[in-house]
This record gives sequence, C-alpha cells and structure tokens, in this order.
Amino acid sequence: MSISSSLSTDGQELQINIEGRFDFNVHSSFRRAYEEPGNEVGSYIVDMTAASYLDSSALGMLLLLRDYAGGDSASITIVHCNDDIKKIFAISNFEQLFDIK
Amino acid sequence: MSHTFAMKNPFVVDELRVADGPSVPITKILIADDNNTDRLLLKAILCQQGHEVFVAKDGHEAIEVFREMQPDLVLLDVLMPNVDGFEAAEKIRQLAGEAFIPIIFLTSLQSTDALVRCLDAGGDDFLPKPYNSVVLKAKLDAFIRMGEMHRTMQRQRDLIAIHNERLLREQEIAKRVFDKVAHSGCLNADNIRYLLSPIAIFNGDVALAGVSPAGNLMVLLGDFTGHGLDAAIGAMPLAQTFYSMLEKGFSLQDILREINEKLYDVLPVDVFCCAIVADIDFSNGVMQIWNGGLPDGVLYRSFDGKSIPLTSQHIPFGIRNTAHFDDSVATFEVQPDDRLFLWSDGIQEATNNQSEMFGEERLLKIFEKNTDPEQLFDEVNEAVAEFISDEAVSDDVSIVEVKIVAPIDFHADRPDFIGSNPAGPRDWSLKYELRPQTLSNFDPLPMLLYVLRQVPYLRNFGGQIFTVLTELYTNALEHGVLQLNSSLKNSTAGFDHYYQLREQRLLHLQDGTIGIQLDYKGTGNGGRLKVTIEDSGEGFDYKNLENGLSGDVPYAGRGINLMRSICHSIEYLGSGNVVCASFVWGDS
Repeated sequence: MSISSSLSTDGQELQINIEGRFDFNVHSSFRRAYEEPGNEVGSYIVDMTAASYLDSSALGMLLLLRDYAGGDSASITIVHCNDDIKKIFAISNFEQLFDIK
Repeated sequence: MSHTFAMKNPFVVDELRVADGPSVPITKILIADDNNTDRLLLKAILCQQGHEVFVAKDGHEAIEVFREMQPDLVLLDVLMPNVDGFEAAEKIRQLAGEAFIPIIFLTSLQSTDALVRCLDAGGDDFLPKPYNSVVLKAKLDAFIRMGEMHRTMQRQRDLIAIHNERLLREQEIAKRVFDKVAHSGCLNADNIRYLLSPIAIFNGDVALAGVSPAGNLMVLLGDFTGHGLDAAIGAMPLAQTFYSMLEKGFSLQDILREINEKLYDVLPVDVFCCAIVADIDFSNGVMQIWNGGLPDGVLYRSFDGKSIPLTSQHIPFGIRNTAHFDDSVATFEVQPDDRLFLWSDGIQEATNNQSEMFGEERLLKIFEKNTDPEQLFDEVNEAVAEFISDEAVSDDVSIVEVKIVAPIDFHADRPDFIGSNPAGPRDWSLKYELRPQTLSNFDPLPMLLYVLRQVPYLRNFGGQIFTVLTELYTNALEHGVLQLNSSLKNSTAGFDHYYQLREQRLLHLQDGTIGIQLDYKGTGNGGRLKVTIEDSGEGFDYKNLENGLSGDVPYAGRGINLMRSICHSIEYLGSGNVVCASFVWGDS
C-alpha cells in the first residue's frame, strides 16, 4: 500500500495514485500528497488503478481532500475504480460530491 | 484534567529529549577495591572525567554504600576481604531489582576461567589492571549510554502502562454512558431483534428505536466512520436528537434533517454516519425508508416470500449542510408478518481466512433458501459467524430485524408526557389556519402536541389523542387539499403512485387551507377536548358512513374505525370537509 503523486508541468493539476488498500494506514501520506504542492493546484485526480479496496476512513480522507480543495467548489476526479470500489462509492452516493469515472 | 494529561504526553517527549540530547548527565559510580593505590588512582581518573564517585574497601562495605547511594554503575575488585567481588555482585544485583546497574569487575587475573567466572557471577564486563584510561572511558561511556537507554525504556513502558490503564478506565465509563444512549429506546420490544457485536470496546454502530406519539415505530441503524472512541462520539448527539424529536411528534423528514445538521455541525470533516432509518405506521401499513450510505436493507414480504431491497439513495449524515441535504424517503406498503432487516456493512465485509468477503450474494442466498421466516435472523448470524475466521472480524457486524405486527400486537413503551404545571390550563381554545405555503413544507402536529401536553390528563392519553389528530390532519391534507383518492393504495403500483402524487402535489400547491381548532374545558375531576379540522376540499358523502355502510371507496383509507375506538364521538359536518372529534373523561 502506498501513495504517490505527480504535479502537471503548469502546476495546475495534481494526480494522486493509490496503490493497494486505501485505509487509515495511509492517512498521513495521502494528506502529505495533497498538502505539499500547496494551494496553487486547481484540480485533483485520484487514480485508483492500483487500489484494491477502500474503507470508510478512506471516504473520510477524500472528504478532507474535498474540504482542502475548496469544498463545494473543489474539482476532484476519481478515475479507474474497480467494481468493488465503484460499489462503495455508489452506496455512499459519493458521485454527488466527486466526479467519479 | 485527565484528558489534558493524556493528550499532551509531556513525559514521553521529555524522556526522548534526554536520551537523544548532547548533555551527558552526571553518573554516580561505586568503586570497591581493597588496594588503596588502585582505588585512589581509579577514583582520580573517574572524577576527572566528571563522574561522582563513591568508594568502598571491601565487598561488605560495597553493599552498604550501594544501598545508601544508589549508584548507576559499580566497579568491583574480584579479590577482597570479608565479602569478595562475586558475592557482592550477587547481592547488588538483588538490591538493584529491575533497575539496570552495570557491574564491571576489576581484575589482574588473566585466565579465561577467571574471566568466565566474573561473567557467571553477574558481571557485565571486566577491566584489566593496570588501568588504561582510554579503554576505561570507552567502556564506561558505553555502559552509561546503555543505562540511560534502559531507564528511558522503563519509564516509557511504565507511562504506557499508566496511560493504557487510564484509557481503559475512561473507556469503560464512556461505554456505560454510550450503551445507555446508543442502544436504547424500545429495542427490546417483542417484535424487534438486534445484534451489535463490537470489535473493540466501542464499535461505531448505533441502533435506536422509539415510538412516536402517534404510535409509529421509528428505527435507526447507524455506522460511524472508523472504530473506537472517535466513532462512538457522534452517537450522543445522534441519539439525543432522534429521541427528543420523536417524542415531540416530529415527522421523519424533520428528524432526518435535524440529525444531519447536528452531525454536520459537530463532527470533523472526515467523520460521518451512514444510516438507514425506518418509520413504520402499523395502523395504515405504511413504511418509510431513508438510506444514506448503508448497504441495501431488506423488506421480506410474507405473502410471496420476496425480498425487496432498500437501497441507499443518499449521502450519509454529517457530510453536507442543510441546504444540500436530501430528506426524500421511499415509501412501502407493509402487512403483518412482513419483516424488515437492517444491517451495517460489517456483514457483507466479514472476511474469512482466505481473505474472501461474505458479500451480498451469500446474504441473499440465505433469504432464497429460507423456509421459515422466523429463522431468518438466526440463519444470517450463524452463516456470518461460520464464515469468518476468529481473528479476522474486519468490521462491526450489526443487524436489526423488525417484524411488522398488527397495531394491537405492538407493545412498546410510549414516551411519557411531562407537563410542568400540575393543574394545567383549564379553559381554552386555539384556532390555527394553515395556508398553501405552510402546508407544503411544515408539519403543525409537534406544535399542537406541545400545546396539548400542557394538560395533565394528556400525560396518560396524549398518545391516543395524537394518533387521532394525526389521522384527521393526514385525511384533511391528502384527501381534502391534495385530492388524493385512497383507493389508489389498494394495489402496490397504485400505492407507490399515491405517494409520488402526494409529493408532487405538495410541491406545487397553490390553493387550499386547513383549519384546526382545539377546544378544551377542564373541571376538577374531568375534562373535554374537541378537535375540529376543516379543509378546503370537496368533502365526501359521509351520510352512508352514518348508516353503517362503510368499507366502500371514498373513506376506506380514513382510519375511521380506529378513531371511533378512541374518541368519545366523531362527527362529519358540512360537505364532509369538516370533522369534529371529542374526547371526554372524568365527570364532564
């Protein structure tokens, strides 16, 4: 399980990659990933390609990111979710809060 | 107080600073040697290196000085009169207990046997005579560092033990309060079964059940993010809001909105509460469900054995503010012997030792295979328990079953009505007219209930009166103002249609009024309450009703028989758009 991130060359878009289990154990590294580039970032992409699972504390972490990125005006896209993860987002109706692809 | 202490953890931080810091504290060293020259020489070297030095001339004196001065490090000559070095070492070890006191033997002996004996006797090292001050310093510094590390570890271990004990004690107290708050209400009613199994002392799951003044059963199963204290903390405002609003007669929607607002206000951004809430009206066979973030619940229908999923359609509580909160509910028709199953994600996510999850499919299989609905609850629990390996309970497994019963078979404590003035208001009337903008989004019943509660008699019978009041108001609104035909509810499709129409028409309501009049007169030993409700609708042909020809279309859904059993009299006036119910008691 690990978190990596990369900033677009214009510094406008931050991509955060989740690998393995997305749960409380990655709390601080996930937080570091979006706090380090600072407030200049305009939009965020959370890539779930390599994520196997997420729990309710991961949903909480996404809410923290959303809050950090401006709450209702945040631009956060969550991409490449597997079926299990899609289901969790569907049950909690998080597609109303995030752009889930 | 204790919280400040526990959270700051000042000791641990200080300990670390001491261990890592550059300043070497003064070390107390005991030298025991019967040879005066050797002893003085060693003392001089050590004093020069900045240590505090005590001396003894033999083993016996060494033990005495050790007892008195409690040095950090002991240097013992092997061969001494009275008590020799080996014996003194043994005794000093005993006195030191679990404290780490390095013992170093001073010896001119060279044979391996002699050195082995030094170590066997409890020595940590030996220093050959004559002394080389560089070797001496290196050895002592190494032992001093080890001693420091050892003491730091011991102090931290002790602190952790103290903190842990305190935490457990606090949790135990909190748990007692939590249990009273979180698993309370009428969960022990005959038609409710529930199971909440914690993985820590606390779990994040909350089950609440209560009866509204009108006799509806409201059940809530909630699952807070995380486990332990952080998950349990939101249960307090949740339960408090649920019970106090339910008792005051607020509608499901009002309660949902208020719970969301409370939790949104008090919880941190990343803590929220997935929940499913059911409002069951046994008299009219109507159940309303709001599911925000919990897996599909199941409505098991007794007449065809089908399982209807109760799917999550909302964001959980505590994430969005009131303006963005969606309080719309799904409405279902229920009959006696139907069963409602609510569970948290613990069941689906229960994991076996092959890291497989129990999943929805296995759960639904149990319902398909079942032959005796009475066993469903046990079958689900047994299947989950069998599936999981003992050490791998991955979440809180919580399940609630509610069996739908006839109103007469529903036994649960109703909330007490508490009035402040023992005599209460004696003679009064109240007239309240609701216009379209109010009708579409305001429920006047809690306010009316509050007024009625001031009358002492209603402490015992308020529930029944409230049932009638609710029934009459619902009739005036749905049949009178909204022109809904209750015969729609005769089929399942029509039933859904009825509630969709109700929502639509309420939303676009332009015309219509409902007038409510309460008239109360109390004597010393009795009283009379008259409730008159007039709506702007067309009314209905109530003459047939008077002739006992009830059961036909227009008033079939009006719950009139139920009300007749409660009221002293019930009377329709005008074109059927006015209804007057009387309650009389005592000598009035």
